[in-house]
Amino acid sequence: MTSLSIPDAHTIPDAQVASYQAANLSFDAVSFYHQGKTLFGPCSFTLTGAGPTLVMGPNGAGKSLLLRLAHGLLSPTQGRVSWSPARPRQAMVFQQPVLLRRSAISNLTHALAVNKTPRKARKPLAEAALARFGLIACTDTPARVLSGGEQQRLALARAWVLEPEVLFLDEPTSALDPAAIKAVEAAVHAFQRQGTRIVMTTHDVHQAKRLASDVLFVAGGHVREHTPADMFFTAPASKEAQAFLAGELIE
Amino acid sequence: MPQETNVFFVALSLLLSGDAALMSIVALSLKVSLIAVLASAMLGFPLGAAVALWRFPGRGAVVVALNALMGLPPVVAGLCVYLLLSRAGPLGEWGLLFTPTAMVIAQVVLVLPILAALSRQKVEELLGEYREQFVSLGMSRLRMMPTLLWDARFALLTVLLAGFGRASAEVGAVMMVGGNIDGVTRVMTTAIVLETSKGNLPLALGLGIVLLTLVMLINAAAYVIGEMARRRMG
Repeated sequence: MTSLSIPDAHTIPDAQVASYQAANLSFDAVSFYHQGKTLFGPCSFTLTGAGPTLVMGPNGAGKSLLLRLAHGLLSPTQGRVSWSPARPRQAMVFQQPVLLRRSAISNLTHALAVNKTPRKARKPLAEAALARFGLIACTDTPARVLSGGEQQRLALARAWVLEPEVLFLDEPTSALDPAAIKAVEAAVHAFQRQGTRIVMTTHDVHQAKRLASDVLFVAGGHVREHTPADMFFTAPASKEAQAFLAGELIE
Repeated sequence: MPQETNVFFVALSLLLSGDAALMSIVALSLKVSLIAVLASAMLGFPLGAAVALWRFPGRGAVVVALNALMGLPPVVAGLCVYLLLSRAGPLGEWGLLFTPTAMVIAQVVLVLPILAALSRQKVEELLGEYREQFVSLGMSRLRMMPTLLWDARFALLTVLLAGFGRASAEVGAVMMVGGNIDGVTRVMTTAIVLETSKGNLPLALGLGIVLLTLVMLINAAAYVIGEMARRRMG
């Protein structure tokens, strides 16, 4: 993506070549305490390559914490989260989409305004994103009265207009029906083709199989392994991951 | 009983005939209270949002003070403004005592804490919900303020109406700093007090009916807006 003033660029993303420079994310002995309890880490890893990286693990393992530390919503108590060569443009899609009490399109133009996009370019960009995510009929609908699936698509559209180099998704499909899940996964693929580096959490093994290039497995607040997807699903290295994939309850 | 019925009819006929004295009193009341509420909103909403957004030493004390000042007795507010504006007071030279401006100032003192305290509450609730998204978007606190105030608009409109109710129904402060001068600073509440003590019950009751109707309309508006917002915005 070169210019924000060419809305047409959004309608043909498939023809585009990934143009973002890959940024590597490093966790260096990162840990996070809350009220004297260690909730995460210490752990170290580096995310390289094109992704998508799927962060997997049981509920309460620390997947969301990992994502929030990576995105900078939380600061590590110890250790360091760093990007090389530089901190990329980022966006995040939450499990429960946080939408403003405004129309669907206003949610997008607000994000563009925050992003300092020139005023004239906002509306066409927002409309193009709504069209791309199948929301053009809901342009003027208050975002809060949209269905769960539509709300999540709107959150994805908002991330889309920000043209992030890295996109974090925190269990974006856990509250959705299959059709809506399919739409979200299609959106993840679209971002990936666009050249956006995807980091997404899920506890759904099947979803991870459909999307992952590599898997970061988290259990008990620690990263247990970081392996390419094909290896993870056939021969996981850690015994926690083996148990998880075997369907056992692990902590 | 016949006398009270009579009083009621005289009051109604005064209203319906558009009695000039009565209408000028109603007009001044509305003008003073509207200006006071708008001024309070322009100061109070950003103040409330700022207290919700920023963490600073003494923040707790500010929150408690705002909450406590919501219940400030009007006569105390009137006394303070009186002392400030009286000939010997620090702002005595402005010659504002016993003018409608003095009444506006007294009502601002009463209404501002209500608007600031309630908007602080509403904005803080909303911020709790929006915070992560805002941080993710890279918004500064200053940038969050207009977004939060706009998204709380329906709640704030109700707050505004509560402030207007307090301003228009208040008698003690405007009596002290306005002086209830006929044709200059006489508003509905002070006129009711005066006419009742004079025994001019039809005019007092006429004003009472207007005031009551106004308060009812305000509350109805607050209710309708609240319902509309819930239905439209989810």
